[in-house]
Amino acid sequence: MNRIEVMTQSRPSIIVDHVSKRFLKRNAHSFKEAFVSWIRGRKVRADSFTALDDVSFQVGEGESVAVLGLNGSGKSTSLKLVSGVLKPDSGSVLTRGRVAGLIEVGAGFHPDLTGRENVYLNAAILGMSRKQTDERFDDIVDFSEIGDFIDQEVKHYSSGMFMRLAFAVAIHVDLEILLVDEVLSVGDAPFREKCTARIRELAEQGVTMLVVSHDMKMVEELCERGIVIERGHKVFDGPTKDAVAYLRGER
Amino acid sequence: MTGTFVDVSEYDRPGRGNGLIDVVRWRYLLGVLIRKGTATRYRNSTLGWIWSYVKPAAQFIIYYFVMGIILQNHRLEQYAVYLFSGIVVVNLFNEAFGNATNSIVDNRALVRKIYLPRELFPVAAIIGAVIHFLPQLAILIVVCLFIGWVPTLTGLIGFILGLLLVLALALGLGLLFSGLNVRYRDAQNFVDLIKMFSTWTSPVLYSWVLVADALKNHPWMSFLYTANPLTIAVELSHTAIWEPVVSTPIGLPDTFEAASITAVVITIVTLIVGQLVFRHYERTFAQDL
Repeated sequence: MNRIEVMTQSRPSIIVDHVSKRFLKRNAHSFKEAFVSWIRGRKVRADSFTALDDVSFQVGEGESVAVLGLNGSGKSTSLKLVSGVLKPDSGSVLTRGRVAGLIEVGAGFHPDLTGRENVYLNAAILGMSRKQTDERFDDIVDFSEIGDFIDQEVKHYSSGMFMRLAFAVAIHVDLEILLVDEVLSVGDAPFREKCTARIRELAEQGVTMLVVSHDMKMVEELCERGIVIERGHKVFDGPTKDAVAYLRGER
Repeated sequence: MTGTFVDVSEYDRPGRGNGLIDVVRWRYLLGVLIRKGTATRYRNSTLGWIWSYVKPAAQFIIYYFVMGIILQNHRLEQYAVYLFSGIVVVNLFNEAFGNATNSIVDNRALVRKIYLPRELFPVAAIIGAVIHFLPQLAILIVVCLFIGWVPTLTGLIGFILGLLLVLALALGLGLLFSGLNVRYRDAQNFVDLIKMFSTWTSPVLYSWVLVADALKNHPWMSFLYTANPLTIAVELSHTAIWEPVVSTPIGLPDTFEAASITAVVITIVTLIVGQLVFRHYERTFAQDL
């Protein structure tokens, strides 16, 4: 299978093609347990739980698409598959262009390093070079509103400051595809506003977006298309308004 | 474009890396990770880097007292130099191997949330161990120069090749066990066992002659002992550092050349197996951590 049929208006940036993902409920966590189960003829591997079952969707270049669904429906799993943290058990996930995720920002922060050191560390983790980081450092600090605290160790930051800095780094990375997962719940209202504005700005610049959120208002504002996932199956794909209505109707 | 077709080969598959080759491409991040490791190693400790000197010094004193004085190994000329030049090699191995094994679990926050070539973590851990090893090496060199050591070029080349062999072995085993460790935490204990054996199954505390004598009737066991990559590296270290400062060097075992080749083969096989196992388990790192 070397060719895939296009389902979007523009050239697709993200293709999720007949993807299934199963998680294992493991029965053995040590060599001993595995060995004992094996001796007794019990299952060593594990029982599986299907998080995504034969899901296909595409996101065209410059499109903003929301993935909606109740808790545990497989939304975050699909985002993690696109980011590459998880790999599909069957089917394929394909991307075109640089992918960056606002998925649990701050994952790479080290509490014992200063804000400045953490900015460089995280920018590198997100794929930026030293030169790029140097160039954007001031913008990042401005955006985060951290000010003089930048040379303090991050463990002395308030949780709001921490998230603001982490978000500021993530949002200043070069990207063609942005994955957003529930991070907009960070910070106070003005900062949240600023983040949403920044994301909208990126969308206008033609960045492709895949958003997971429970905030329907924001989703309707940001995305033109919505995909509803229910217990691992795609049940709806269409305009955001209809997707939200579908989800509300389900409840 | 609806209804047309796109060529799959123009697309990337997220999360599919090229193993150790990716580390070269991500070398800037590798550098940053190493700096993070060295910068945070002794955070919140008053003595800080002094611990890097205190620990090997304490270990050295114990071994010198027990092995050298009580068990009479001081019949080996310049036993202190003999001991130290061997012990630094084994310490390097243990540190590198131990760090690499824990590297994935220690970085779980990152591994679970952001895709990076995961080989970066064991490699960064091993380079961190090398940095940690430098103070010990500096002490060794200063002491040896003080007692009249004149380094030879071939000796130094051998010493460096020995260290590279040990690091490659540590990387191979580190990849193997760091991959296993994610799913089965017992791997850590197994690693502790290997680390314990490493000191005693190479001629660090005694000379290889004693082993050769004891295994006189079992030449293949003797060969196996010599072909241990750690034995090779320790012997190369002795040749470079200890032999020039004594009047009666003991030289190398007869089988040293064949054993060296075997050791290199063992190390390459370990690297390949380590990488394969790592890649096998890597697919499920994010969900197993």
